[in-house]
Amino acid sequence: MTTPVAPLLVFGWGNLSRGDDALGPLFVDSLRAAAASHTGVEFLDDYQLQVEHALDLSGRQRVLFVDASLNCRAPFEVTQLQPAQDASFTTHAMSPQALMQVYVALQGEAPPLCTLLAIRGEQFELGEPPTARAQEHLAAALSWAQAWITE
Amino acid sequence: MTFALETAANPAGLRRVAIDPVSRVEGHGKVTLLIDDQNRVQQVRLHIVEFRGFEKFIEGRPYWEVPVMVQRLCGICPVSHHLAAAKAFDRVLGAAPITASADAVRRLMHYGQMLQSHALHFFHLSSPDLLFGFDSEVAKRNIVGVAQAHPEIAKKGILLRKFGQEVIRITSGKRVHGTGAVPGGINKLVTPEERDSLKRELPHMLQWAQESVDIAKQLHAQNPALYNQFGTFRSNLLSLVRPDGALDFYDGVLRARDSNGAILFDGIDDQRYLELIEEEVRAWSYMKFPHLRSLGREQGWYRVGPLARVQNCDFIPTPRAEAERQAFVAWGRGELVHATLAYHWARMIEMLHSVEVIAELLDSPALLSGDLLSTGVRQRSGVGIIEAPRGTLIHDYDVGDNDLVTRCNLIVSTTHNNQAMNEAVRAVARDYLDGRELTEGLLNHIEVAIRAYDPCLSCATHALGQMPLDVTLLGPDGTVIDRVLKSHQGEFVHELNAPAAQFAA
Repeated sequence: MTTPVAPLLVFGWGNLSRGDDALGPLFVDSLRAAAASHTGVEFLDDYQLQVEHALDLSGRQRVLFVDASLNCRAPFEVTQLQPAQDASFTTHAMSPQALMQVYVALQGEAPPLCTLLAIRGEQFELGEPPTARAQEHLAAALSWAQAWITE
Repeated sequence: MTFALETAANPAGLRRVAIDPVSRVEGHGKVTLLIDDQNRVQQVRLHIVEFRGFEKFIEGRPYWEVPVMVQRLCGICPVSHHLAAAKAFDRVLGAAPITASADAVRRLMHYGQMLQSHALHFFHLSSPDLLFGFDSEVAKRNIVGVAQAHPEIAKKGILLRKFGQEVIRITSGKRVHGTGAVPGGINKLVTPEERDSLKRELPHMLQWAQESVDIAKQLHAQNPALYNQFGTFRSNLLSLVRPDGALDFYDGVLRARDSNGAILFDGIDDQRYLELIEEEVRAWSYMKFPHLRSLGREQGWYRVGPLARVQNCDFIPTPRAEAERQAFVAWGRGELVHATLAYHWARMIEMLHSVEVIAELLDSPALLSGDLLSTGVRQRSGVGIIEAPRGTLIHDYDVGDNDLVTRCNLIVSTTHNNQAMNEAVRAVARDYLDGRELTEGLLNHIEVAIRAYDPCLSCATHALGQMPLDVTLLGPDGTVIDRVLKSHQGEFVHELNAPAAQFAA
């Protein structure tokens, strides 16, 4: 569990079977394919952000969190994150800010530079594919992410 | 007849109210209460929005897609659905029993799943309540608070879960959405390098799992009055057991005990579950209420999950966990332990057992070589039952000649525990809410009772924890005396004037 890690981490989450909730993992899949030549990036996805993902921050220089959002402006919003003990904890999910706070508590050091990429979604119904508008938002977010990787 | 406090005895004097779900997001729980003019609780109901539509979603799909597809039911126990579906389609293919290698790899995957899920529940979900107190400072009562106050405990919990997930990654092929189990067997073995990487971690995992049992045991010893009485009630128990009576999470026969510990039935082939279990619909809840047909709806409801499994089996076939089971049984002094909070203790015994089984399996040569698939005579239907982290999980399918699924019936663990969770909430309401103003700490007592069952509300990717919860206290004339809402973000507000829908049943 102490193997060297890539300096950049792209972490998306969501459920592929719930309409636009799939934006996070779809973003990860697409960027992984588009950035195949960049060896310094690790791509991970999951259903939800979980507390043990704090360990995935270890050894990184920069982290990009990616999630679908009903609240952000279209096509996407980018936010620089700070650790925070918010009240977002649920059984099965937590916010990236809270995850960073867990990292601080566990590791006793500041987390890497973390950015949240929130991609605007519209529909989150079970069994539905991503909406056309969400896929447009996804494409725009992927264009932006190319620059994030190379900055 | 009905259950105590499920329906008010004199509803004419009370207004029946249900609160519409705040949203359609899975995992919405709500509790409604009715009180009389002496402020005594007359009715308490836990409402859960069950996953709806997934069974229809499956119908019409090719059967070989289903073990992967059903993982989308749940972000926490996808492996349980993956394996239950694979077991059902083993039957459809006539491929039961599967090969020794397939059995070993699937078991390793499943015990990894049990480990990671139990670690998540105990350390990340419940330990804030257990370590800080049910009505402790709400801002601290979460995993970040635990990480700050008890960083070593938090870190061990995270690493235990991480180890379980690594077991899953190795056996299923991917960190999430794995494809390791297929109808009739598996699609990959474990490599010696993968096995060795897991074996290197075992000593720590065994030690930390043992320490976790000790923590749970100490909590009971330090405050037996609370831990024995909080949300406590008697019930039947149901689980799979190995044919020789041993604890087994992956496969077995159905066994049920009554609340005194007497066997109700035993050794029943899992394909016959419908002869034993009936699902009742109640108008006020989205979730069905299963019960044992032989006892009927009022006497036949039961509990599943760790508390049931640890007491339903005759022994645990690994030494450390068996020693802990015996200590647990001794705590009951000859009676079954029915305490709701004892779920946590039993859960940690199961987590220790899972690590021990993983250790045994990693020494099995069948993991590294052998046939992957079995074949047989094709059948039209199949049932797969597994003991998932939260309890018995049933997948039941019919498949047409064109290989498309024509019928799907899923009974998830949380559904089995529906009546039990309602009973737990009612017990807490009787003991803590009667005639009192609702406070956040009081509300959390309700959550603690529900949380002990580790319910995966809707068995989807969102669930409780700081669950969105809606508690309404109504006077005999229907007046809203108090209403407390907790949002998905954990915000806690008194909101007397929030819209409430008239109950339609």
